[in-house]
Amino acid sequence: MPMSIIKNTAFYALVVVIVVCAVFPFYYAIITSFRTGSAIFTIEYWPTSFSVANYVNVIAAGSFARNLLNSIIVSACVVTLSLLMAVTAAFALSRVRFRGRSLLLLTILSVSMFPQIAVLAGLFEIIRLLGLYNTLGGLIFSYMIFTLPFTVWVLTTFMRDLPVEIEEAAIVDGATPWVIVTRVFLPLMWPALATTGLLAFIAAWNEFLFALTFTSSTETRTVPVTIALFTGSSAHEVPWGIVMAASVIVTVPLVVLVLIFQRKIISGLTAGGVKG
Amino acid sequence: MTASPTVRSELLRQRSRSARLFLLPMILALAIVAGWPLLRTIYFSFTDASLTNIDAAKWVGFKNYLSWIQLKSGRTIYSGLLVDPAWWNAVWNTVRFSVISVSVEAIFGMIIALVLNAEFKGRGIVRAAILIPWAIPTIVSARMWGWMLNDQFGILNDLFMRVGLIDHPIAWTASSDTAMIAVLIVDVWKTTPFMALLILAGLQMIPGDIYEAARIDGVHPVKQFFRITLPLVKPALMVAIIFRLLDAMRIFDLIYVLTPNSAQTKTMSVLARENLIDFDKFAYGSAQSTLLFLIIALMTMLAIWIGRVKLDGGER
Repeated sequence: MPMSIIKNTAFYALVVVIVVCAVFPFYYAIITSFRTGSAIFTIEYWPTSFSVANYVNVIAAGSFARNLLNSIIVSACVVTLSLLMAVTAAFALSRVRFRGRSLLLLTILSVSMFPQIAVLAGLFEIIRLLGLYNTLGGLIFSYMIFTLPFTVWVLTTFMRDLPVEIEEAAIVDGATPWVIVTRVFLPLMWPALATTGLLAFIAAWNEFLFALTFTSSTETRTVPVTIALFTGSSAHEVPWGIVMAASVIVTVPLVVLVLIFQRKIISGLTAGGVKG
Repeated sequence: MTASPTVRSELLRQRSRSARLFLLPMILALAIVAGWPLLRTIYFSFTDASLTNIDAAKWVGFKNYLSWIQLKSGRTIYSGLLVDPAWWNAVWNTVRFSVISVSVEAIFGMIIALVLNAEFKGRGIVRAAILIPWAIPTIVSARMWGWMLNDQFGILNDLFMRVGLIDHPIAWTASSDTAMIAVLIVDVWKTTPFMALLILAGLQMIPGDIYEAARIDGVHPVKQFFRITLPLVKPALMVAIIFRLLDAMRIFDLIYVLTPNSAQTKTMSVLARENLIDFDKFAYGSAQSTLLFLIIALMTMLAIWIGRVKLDGGER
């Protein structure tokens, strides 16, 4: 059956093209990060040299380690705060009937579609007013605008799909809504919380516009800003080896997490999209 | 329910009271970080506020949007955002970028989704591989591609010259002809996976026996795609396209890092931030932000209307 062999070969050729296109840029960043000196300016498709000098330089020089810590602190705080507020809100939005619920859900969905630039001027004013300018607090504060609607939305769709029976016993026993949320729903929700939290963490970790605008010193920056602003002595002397080493450091943890939780992430992403 | 009506209604009252309490922190938080700043941005767009002295802002009406003076000769000179060529250039760039990138992503996303929907050895590897571009921060991908697209040492020029696509190195990000292409390449690479996963979720909801029946009837696979797959996956595809379109309209970080000084790629968000923060035209930047917000708000309303997004909160 030569026809099916041709078909199979074509199919696998397509598969190879997809995989190579998806992976190659990251692969190339990794091999570049292990090259130093003039070796970096000879184009090689395979890893030919191995030097950790770029990694040593990026950790030792400047405030990269500090920025990495900033990113971790900001993302972790944002995720915790969003989830705390989202769990109770999602319970109310998914399990209780009240007037204006559709309108509220619509508003939440619209806020997640907000162009960040539309609130930049107003946020700038309020952050300066609260004395949060150039602090991590200012970033945590402003990041709520995209993590909170997202977590509320995903947790609402998740809680909506839980059967009504699980609540009934608790209601008959006279449990208050607070007890129902904390004792009945929360234990069931750990997988959903982990997925939503991870997606919100990635969003906060990657955020750039607010981090760029609301910080002014190198010590309060998060890693995306540091990586974006790495420059050499002139515009034509970008320290590519160091930039690639820094990029690999901030990306590897994300890639590992995403690959471990890939099934959960895919269902979490599509819950926000298709079902929504 | 065995409970008496009064107990039941008391329970319901308690439930809706708690619901209000449960929603309060979230609503307050959103009002402070989203609602209030948005109103202030709109307010600033009608003032002469400057970055260094926001408090001294005075109301100037529509001056930032459009104003005119009549010269003695009878000629009228217009000024303001609505007659600013830089603004309309940014609008055009944003629209061009959004339409092209989302169209290309929809096609590639559909191809990848169809591949992932087939049964074959190594499917898990492909799925894992396409998640990598999605997981990489936008700034990092801008930097990675900036290096690959470098005019002298970039691997893409080398690759394209080896296979004979180009005969001399191209300054992808710096040249005005190719800056937009460079941005599009990176954006398509980065966001096609998201599109593919959303389309794949739609494909997996199509029952397999439809294809079975089509195969028995001898329907050609290409015809199957256009007559069965495409109509059935259309709702999921539309949602994915709308999500991505709204997202593309507000693009900032990729362009800010990859092609910082190119007028060919300056989008509304990039231009607005430049005015707000770098040029000390806070009020003018606010007016641009407000217009971008209005455009996206209109698009969102249209999207909800077209996409018929379910908002009733389900049956329960």
